[in-house]
Amino acid sequence: MRSLCAAIALFALTGAGAYGDEQPVALNAAPGHDAVENNCAACHSLDYVRTNAKFLDRKTWQAEFDKMTKVFGADIAPQDAATIVDYLTKNYGTGG
Amino acid sequence: MVDRRRVLQHLTGAGVLAASGVWPRGGAAQQRPALTSGLPDGVYDTAILDALPGKKPLIKLSYRPPNYETPVSYFADAITPNDAFFVRYHLADIPAEIDPKGWRLQIGGEGAASPLQLTLADLESGFEQVELTAVCQCAGNRRGLSTPHVAGVEWGLGAMGNAVWRGVRVKDLLAKAGLKKEAIEIVANGADGPVLDKTPDFVKSIPVWKAIDENTIIAHRMNGQQLPHFNGFPVRLIVPGWTGTYWMKHLVSLEAVTKPFGGFWMKSAYRIPSGKFPVVQHFASQMTEANEPITEMVVNSLIASPADNQQIRRGTSVELRGVAWDGGYGIRRVEVSLDGGASWHSATLGPDLGRFAFRGWSHRFTPQAAGKQVILAKASNAIGQTQAESLIFNPAGYHNNVVRPLTLVVA
Repeated sequence: MRSLCAAIALFALTGAGAYGDEQPVALNAAPGHDAVENNCAACHSLDYVRTNAKFLDRKTWQAEFDKMTKVFGADIAPQDAATIVDYLTKNYGTGG
Repeated sequence: MVDRRRVLQHLTGAGVLAASGVWPRGGAAQQRPALTSGLPDGVYDTAILDALPGKKPLIKLSYRPPNYETPVSYFADAITPNDAFFVRYHLADIPAEIDPKGWRLQIGGEGAASPLQLTLADLESGFEQVELTAVCQCAGNRRGLSTPHVAGVEWGLGAMGNAVWRGVRVKDLLAKAGLKKEAIEIVANGADGPVLDKTPDFVKSIPVWKAIDENTIIAHRMNGQQLPHFNGFPVRLIVPGWTGTYWMKHLVSLEAVTKPFGGFWMKSAYRIPSGKFPVVQHFASQMTEANEPITEMVVNSLIASPADNQQIRRGTSVELRGVAWDGGYGIRRVEVSLDGGASWHSATLGPDLGRFAFRGWSHRFTPQAAGKQVILAKASNAIGQTQAESLIFNPAGYHNNVVRPLTLVVA
């Protein structure tokens, strides 16, 4: 991860930000936060999570997760799946 | 697998560095946009005004892929400026820039007898140039106002715009490519793509009959200028009357096919339940018993000025301004209610810019009583359709044309 960050830092400093001025999108610090950030942010910024709140329940967050893995091909380790859905439901969903 | 080069391009430096603690967080203070009521809480909490390169500050719903809507105040005029035109992408591998000299459009597929490749110069001079004014509205415009809320980009009112498009007829290009009788759909692809190889690329098809409609064009000019990068430079497909999902940006190929195109973005996405909406044009080769692709836009209107919840003075004349549009039949009437729907007045229609365009409208009145005054606008079109009184719910939040209240605070 450190070398990836370094590579990205170099990339950024040489002036290749994709669409200009993307700022960090903070998500709630809670169990599962890192699993979400590490697995989701490669393909999309995390404002997708924050704007889709708070109306999805566990089942519908699970459906979003399944869409990302089964349709969009996100390669997420099985042990992270339950953690991610639980985090999204509790922090950006109806809670249950 | 993740394509490392592309991830490096699209994880933006600032975000990653801030997260890793090397880069001070900050930049310009984040400005909150004016947002309509009824959106998910998370939108009020997250949306900011932010400018993409070459664009004015728009309402940023997501950075990457970029989804930015146009603030409502721009719709007080019937033509939407290029630098304020909304931006919508599904997938985040977007070319940082496209060299117009190197750009090529491939036209072929098994339904074309003489495939060809065109340069931008070919398009600009090799075919008859046509111009038309048309609304590009994201199928999901107003998704954020669905009740109950549904997942997706939580658009408010501004995932739409109206511009003068100049380019060449798809019909002329297909004729040159030797379109065969067996062809049933034309498949369009753009230069942008997914971050992961496994993610279905955003590719769309339209029926041949729509592709060869004289109004379906490939545009290289938008309001007299080249297209902004984030609106599809150097050329995009213009499918007047139909929702923006078909208006492929950064167009690089058109393929004539003899079987229904089976991509995810046709078979699974952008579909509406069959029989629920009053649409005339259907996409027969993509229909199932249960659902069908979204096609034409439903009749709709917007009050752009004054702003919702704006304070106005009792006894002083106020001009309501806005736009109305539909799927290409033409707006015939806009009615305005100044009393929450109890009585209606005909608004004054602005210039007719063509049946695919926004129709501007205005109505002047003088508020008499202090307090909250609820204003409504309702459009009707040339085939007798009018806006819905209540939401026709569908899982993706499409076609929301419910008559919408705007509140003025009279003091």
